[in-house]
Amino acid sequence: MAEASYPPDLLYHPEHDWARIEDDDSQATLGITWYAQDALGEVVFFEPPALGTILAKDAPYAEVESVKAVSDVVAPLSGEVVEVNHALSESPGTINEDPYGEGWLVKVRLSAPAEREALLDASSYKALLAG
Amino acid sequence: MSPLEQTPLQRERARTIFQKGAPGRRAFVCPELDVPAVDASELLPERFRRRQPPRLPEVSEPEIVRHYVGISKRNFDLDSGFYPLGSCTMKHNPRLHERVAALPGNARLHPLQDAERAQGALELMWNLQGALAEIAGLPHVSLQPSAGSHGELAGVLLTRAYHEDRGGGGRVPNKVLTPDTAHGTNPATVTMAGYEVVKLATDADGGVDLEDLRAKADTDVACLMLTNPNTLGLFDPNIVEIAEIVHGVGATLYYDGANLNAVMGVSRPGDMGFDIVHFNLHKSFTQPHGGGGPGSGPIAVSDRVAPFLPVPLVAQREDGGYELDYGRGRAGSKSIGRLRGFHGNYGCFVRAYAYIRSLGGDGLTDVSEAAVLNANYLLARLRQQGVAEYLPLAYGQLCMHEFVLSGGPMRQRLQIKTLDLAKRLLDFGFHPPTVYFPLLVEEALMVEPTETETRETLDAFAEAIAAILKEAAADPEIARGAPYTTPVRRLDEVAAAKRPIIREALA
Amino acid sequence: MLAVIGVPTLAEIFERQVPAAVRLQRPLALPDGLGEQDVYEHLRALAERNSSVEDELSFLGAGMYDHYVPALVDMLTERSEFLTPYTPYQPEISQGGLQAMFEYQTAISELTGLPVANASVYEGPSAVAAAAYLAKLHNGRRRLVVSAGLHPHSIQTLRTYAHGYDMEVAEVPLRDGVTDPDAWARAIDERASAAIFAQPNFYGAVEDAAALSAAAKAGAGASGANGAGADAPVVIAQVDPITLGVLASPGECGVDVAVGEGQPLGNRLDFGGPSFGLFAAREQYLRRMPGRIAGETVDVDGRRGFVLTLQTREQHIRREKATSNICTSQALNALAGVVYLAWLGRRGIVELGELLLARTHYARERLAAIDGVEPLHSQPVIRELALRLDADLAAVRRRCALAGVNPGVDVHALGDRPQDRGVLLVAITERRTRQDIDRLAEVLGAAVAAERDAAATSELGVPA
Repeated sequence: MAEASYPPDLLYHPEHDWARIEDDDSQATLGITWYAQDALGEVVFFEPPALGTILAKDAPYAEVESVKAVSDVVAPLSGEVVEVNHALSESPGTINEDPYGEGWLVKVRLSAPAEREALLDASSYKALLAG
Repeated sequence: MSPLEQTPLQRERARTIFQKGAPGRRAFVCPELDVPAVDASELLPERFRRRQPPRLPEVSEPEIVRHYVGISKRNFDLDSGFYPLGSCTMKHNPRLHERVAALPGNARLHPLQDAERAQGALELMWNLQGALAEIAGLPHVSLQPSAGSHGELAGVLLTRAYHEDRGGGGRVPNKVLTPDTAHGTNPATVTMAGYEVVKLATDADGGVDLEDLRAKADTDVACLMLTNPNTLGLFDPNIVEIAEIVHGVGATLYYDGANLNAVMGVSRPGDMGFDIVHFNLHKSFTQPHGGGGPGSGPIAVSDRVAPFLPVPLVAQREDGGYELDYGRGRAGSKSIGRLRGFHGNYGCFVRAYAYIRSLGGDGLTDVSEAAVLNANYLLARLRQQGVAEYLPLAYGQLCMHEFVLSGGPMRQRLQIKTLDLAKRLLDFGFHPPTVYFPLLVEEALMVEPTETETRETLDAFAEAIAAILKEAAADPEIARGAPYTTPVRRLDEVAAAKRPIIREALA
Repeated sequence: MLAVIGVPTLAEIFERQVPAAVRLQRPLALPDGLGEQDVYEHLRALAERNSSVEDELSFLGAGMYDHYVPALVDMLTERSEFLTPYTPYQPEISQGGLQAMFEYQTAISELTGLPVANASVYEGPSAVAAAAYLAKLHNGRRRLVVSAGLHPHSIQTLRTYAHGYDMEVAEVPLRDGVTDPDAWARAIDERASAAIFAQPNFYGAVEDAAALSAAAKAGAGASGANGAGADAPVVIAQVDPITLGVLASPGECGVDVAVGEGQPLGNRLDFGGPSFGLFAAREQYLRRMPGRIAGETVDVDGRRGFVLTLQTREQHIRREKATSNICTSQALNALAGVVYLAWLGRRGIVELGELLLARTHYARERLAAIDGVEPLHSQPVIRELALRLDADLAAVRRRCALAGVNPGVDVHALGDRPQDRGVLLVAITERRTRQDIDRLAEVLGAAVAAERDAAATSELGVPA
């Protein structure tokens, strides 16, 4: 994805991770932001956590690796991993091409949906990047 | 590129030794079986035997020679050209060193030979220890670590032992400070030794930010790891105060010897206040780099750290002879123990010792003075060539033995990155400087010419940089597509990382 | 030059940057420099005071061995193009070195029967420590179960590193010369991060590597119906590469990570270094392997080429999360290794192994026949054997030295273990002919007899 983009319907974590929360707050899809993938360069490897892994908000749960760097992926919200994006093992570059769509990393069943209050909206996150 | 445009080396396809040869060819002729033949299963039970032999090549000696000589021609090397890699100290490797290292008394000496029959080797090690102690300004030396990073690990483990000994079973500090300009090995080493890394900011002049140091130096800090001059090529003017702050909280001060080439005979780390110094014999002391190794990373330490040194140490006996002292490894000793087998990379000691004997004290001082002169000259020549507006010096005015330029302005105005500049330099017959390090500097280019380069070479290099910038101003695509004349052109590193192929597949 | 720089003197460049308080105010106290000829004479004089394997009939081993290195290895490793370049950070002009690494990795993978190998680490014992770190990163557990058959230097090195890793080392004793299988199984539980043994072991015995691996995998207890699930400890073997033409490979035996001292492969003794450490593993550990790795790729025109790959694992990118802090690969020593392996070739490595097997067996028979000498164990041996002497070993060795023979390593002096008193480790290489072994038997026999007589005489109470 060539142009910086931060969809307004997502919530953002200062460590450059995003969350898309289902309407009923039961589940969320997580990934890394445009900024993160741009800083890394072309992603060459991503190993998802196992199904059932418990994620804790603000704690790293996986790593994303490019030729020049490796970066922690931080959980914006706490929950249990219920789905992982296996397509990324064949095509990790999808994370660069479509970080918010096909490049999603994991889906979690949320354990504390109220944590969303601590996350940033798109404009606050963009402000953080600019500052 | 069309076939007609390729260089001969580019036209050659890379084939490994595994793709050469034919069944039945051989080089090795096995000595005859001169002992009574014994039934195979009596020698070794069938179930312990290998089922299929390893699929090594089947090649003759002429094929082996032609193959490896052939691939050697696809390598640039220091004997062939200028290699201004910052922090690597690519100085000339005197060939005498290979001759003395190959003497049978050195090369064919078994490490477990009895001390009485290895006195020459032990005396050489003892003398080398003494010379390194004098250069470092710290009296106690271990030659054991195998490389710079190994010496660093030793330093951090020594620090741990020191604190545990003082702490008497109570709480010990758990953090190590390192500047954000530090070499990558430092943080990795620290983690392996069980410490947490805390980064220190760099101030506007390129030195350690004293405010940040004061804020972070507390009794939780075990050690501060520094190199001086630092990776920006700058001598920290506040080094005395830094040492005071660090010692004030009871921590050790560790010196990464990667940049020792700037200060031999000029300033000694021990006098700057460091407790532990590691040397890279493959940098300042001419052990050839060998394409990545071997190296050797001896350490010198202060009195307070000495009890913890690894074993064995070289010791002098009462009768004036020498021995390896293992006594420290016995019960009651405070030594951290061993870091490797035997006693270190003796082959590297021979070369370093020959170098030190060749130069003497005055010679080593000349080395540092010439290294600093050459770096400042090259920096000034680049300025003269009009390079500074695109590649400004990142910090300061003068430098020590190396300097760091920032390619930020070049990238903005000429649309080429430091990477492109480096690749285009390959076409000009130079090895590029270190790129993208330290991370603190945008589009960094770290240049260390060393003292063994002539003025003519430095001039030629400055002219090449200027020429590339001029070329880029006219057409940035040229540098972006470089190199053109090397045995292979730009390689796909992403593909290599995505789907690693790290061995030849065999039928 | 000073004019270009814009300073009046060289001294000023230093004065402006180095505080006076830390300037050395006197010359370095080192002997004056010498010309090349004088340096050569000095170094030659020192070297002459060393007894190398050229000066005596040597059976020293214990990790480094006097194998025959063909002349072409020296010739190739002295070439400027291999001797003097730096680590291949600019791959376009380093294809020679990178291809040599790739070939070396292939050779080590073949020898060990494991799919992934790095471009070498420093040497044997620290390779064991590096493998232990891999285990720690992999499963986060704290216990290293280690056979007492490991080289004492490996165990000592492991203990030093383990202190930094915050891991504990639990040693499993030998029984009848090999790792005690019951003690091994008992020692490995769900706390074990890795299980480590040597093949052949330090006392020359061939272990049942397959059984040790299987027991380690089963012994994890806890989870996995097949016992070899994610909870099994990492099985690490320290191997002697020269034996891998004949002995079952670590890969065949269920080993996860194989490490070893590479010196026997085309490298000098050099009084203990430099050499290289081999490091190979199962595919799943690729991204946790320390050190450098060369990988294959293509350039913009489609040419086959090689680059350093997976560098994010290494110190210079991942920094605190690096899989190790190893920056140097022993490139030149590994080059000697792969050239040597190409020289030995597919059949040569097997023939050499068989020769060592036969001669070592012969040596044990001849030496065991000496009164007062008995083999430490009766396990199969392949290139080294351990004997227990009923005589003062130090005195015996001195007598042998007078006859120009070095009968082997005094194991107690090496490892400091009380049970090793009187144990001699005798190494056989292809350079030790039958005649040499016969001479050893003769000299050792005479020395042992003389010492036993002397001891018996003094026991008869001859007054001091």
